Amino acid sequence: MTVLTIATLTLREASRRRVLRSLAVLTVLLLTLSAWGFSRIDAEFGGLTSGEAKVAGSTVLNLVMFGYSLIAALGTAFLAGPSLAGEVESGIALAMMTRPIRRWTVLLGKWLGLVAFGSGFVAVAGVAQFLIVYLTVGYWPPHPVTGLLLLAGQTAALLTLGLLFATAISPMASGIVAVGLFGATWIAGVVGSVGEALGNPSVAQIGVVSRMLLPTDGLWRGAMNAFQDPALLAQIGTGVEESPFLSMAPLTPAYLTWAAIWTLLVLGLAALGFQRRDL
Amino acid sequence: MEAVTDSPAVWASHLRKRYRKRVAVDGVSFTVARGEVLGLLGPNGAGKTSVIKMMLGLVRPDAGEVMLLGRPNTDPRSRERVGYLPELFRYQPWLTADEVLALHVRLAGVTVSDRERRDGLGLVGLADRASDRVGGFSKGMQQRLGLAVALVARPELVVLDEPTSALDPLGRADVRDLLLSLKQRRVAVLLNSHLIGEVERVCDRVLILDRGRVAASGTLAELLGRRSLRLRLTSVNDEARSVLGSFEREDDLYTVDMPDDVPALVADLVEHGVRVHAVEPARATLEERLLDILRTHPEEHR
Repeated sequence: MTVLTIATLTLREASRRRVLRSLAVLTVLLLTLSAWGFSRIDAEFGGLTSGEAKVAGSTVLNLVMFGYSLIAALGTAFLAGPSLAGEVESGIALAMMTRPIRRWTVLLGKWLGLVAFGSGFVAVAGVAQFLIVYLTVGYWPPHPVTGLLLLAGQTAALLTLGLLFATAISPMASGIVAVGLFGATWIAGVVGSVGEALGNPSVAQIGVVSRMLLPTDGLWRGAMNAFQDPALLAQIGTGVEESPFLSMAPLTPAYLTWAAIWTLLVLGLAALGFQRRDL
Repeated sequence: MEAVTDSPAVWASHLRKRYRKRVAVDGVSFTVARGEVLGLLGPNGAGKTSVIKMMLGLVRPDAGEVMLLGRPNTDPRSRERVGYLPELFRYQPWLTADEVLALHVRLAGVTVSDRERRDGLGLVGLADRASDRVGGFSKGMQQRLGLAVALVARPELVVLDEPTSALDPLGRADVRDLLLSLKQRRVAVLLNSHLIGEVERVCDRVLILDRGRVAASGTLAELLGRRSLRLRLTSVNDEARSVLGSFEREDDLYTVDMPDDVPALVADLVEHGVRVHAVEPARATLEERLLDILRTHPEEHR
C-alpha cells in the first residue's frame, strides 16, 4: 500500500515538475528530426534495394535509439537524486518518515515510480520511432519488445545506482556520479569492441569487466541486437565489431540473470543505506 | 508487540547521540504522560531537536530506548497516532495543500473524510488555499500547513518543534489556542519552543536541556518555586516589620512569602501606620528561572 502510494507520488512529481513536458518536447523534436533524416535516406538513395534500405534503416535506428536510451537513463538518474536525497536535504522527508511506514517501502515506491516513468518513456518513444522508420524506409526491427524491455532494464539499472548514491551524497552529486559511470561503461564497451576486432584479449576484457560492474552497456548492446536486421552483419561482413552502434550477438540468459541480480543487489544496498541514514 | 494502553505517551531512557567528536545528547531520560503538555527548553545546540528526532526514529541513537504510546519506537506502528511538525518544515511543492493532507492520511493508514481534511485546513487558517500548490505558499503558510499535517491523522501524541518560528503574532495566538484545545482533548504534546511565554502558558511540565543533558525538569510550580507577595510601602516602623516577618527589601519594595490572607496582612500594616502604595503577587518568570539554571551551573553539565 505504502509502496504504491509513494510510486504514484513519484510519478505525479515527475509530471508536475514539468519533467514530463520537457521530455515530451525533446522526444517530439528527436522524432521529427529522425523522420526528416529517414525520409532523406529514402529520397537521396532512391535506388536502394530493399536489403540496402534495411541496412541503412537498421543502423540509423540504433543510432537514434541510443539517443532515447540516453535521455531515459540520464533523465531518471537525475530524477532519482532529487527524489530521495533532495527530500532529505529539504526536510520534506521528515514529516513523511514519521508516519507508520518502513523506510524500505518508501525507497521501493520511489524506485517503482521511477522505473515506470523510464519504461513508459522508452515504450512510447521507441514505438513512435519504429513507426517512423517503418513508414519512411519500410524497416521493422526483428525483436522490438525484447529490445524495448532491455532498454527499460538499462534505465532501471542506472536509476537504481542513482538511488544508491542519493542515500549517501547530495542530489546533484548522485546524478553526476551515476551518469559519469554510465558514460565510462559505454566508452569501456567501445574499447572492448575494438579489442575484439583487433584480436587483443586484454583490451577486449575491459569491455567484459565494465559490463559486469555496471550492466547498462551490456543491456544496451542486447537492445541494439534486437533492433538490428539479422542479415545486416552477414551483408556488411567482418570488421564491424568495433562499431558502437552494432551488436554482434544477443545477450545470454546468464548475463540477463546477472543484470537482474545486480539491480536487486544495488537496490538492497540503497535500502540499507537509507535505513541507516540520519534524517 | 502489543501496545501497553496505560503507558505514557513518551518514555525515553538514557538517549545518547554523538556526531563525530561532538556529543549532542548525553543520557537524556524523560516521559510525557497521556494528555500532558511538556515543554522542551534550552539554548541553541542543547540537543532538543536531536532528542525529538531520536524519539521519532528519524535519527539512530548511539544508546537509549524510546517507547511511543506503549510501543518501542523501532516499531513503525508506534507512530500510528503521532503527529509531527518539524523545525525544518517543507512539503511537496508540486502538491496542493489538500493533496499533502490526503498523502499523510494514506501514509498514516487512517480514514479521514474530505470534510474532516477541509476542517483541518480551516483550523489553521488555510481553508481557502486548499486547492493551491504548496510551492506558492509563504513560510508562515507552510508552517500552518505543517500544523494541519501534524493533526490530520487524529493523533494521541503531537510533537511540535518550534511551531511558531515563521508565524506572525496572530498566528502565534492561533497556535496557543490550538495547544490549549489539544490539552483539553487530552492529546499529549511535546513542545519545543524558544518562546518561553508560550511554554509557560500552556505546558504542564518543563524539561530544560543544556549541552545535551537534562539541566532541570519539573512542573512550573516546582521550577519556579513558591509564590511571593510584593508590597510598595512607606512609613514602615519596627512593629510593621514584625508583622511582615521575613522579607527582602529594595528601597520601598518589600517581598514576602505569599500569606494565606493578603487583605488581613494589608489591614494589619495599615493599622500599624504603614502607608500601602501597591500590592502585587510575584513569582520568578520561567525566563528568569531558565537563565538562572543555565548561568548558575554551566560547568556541572559539561
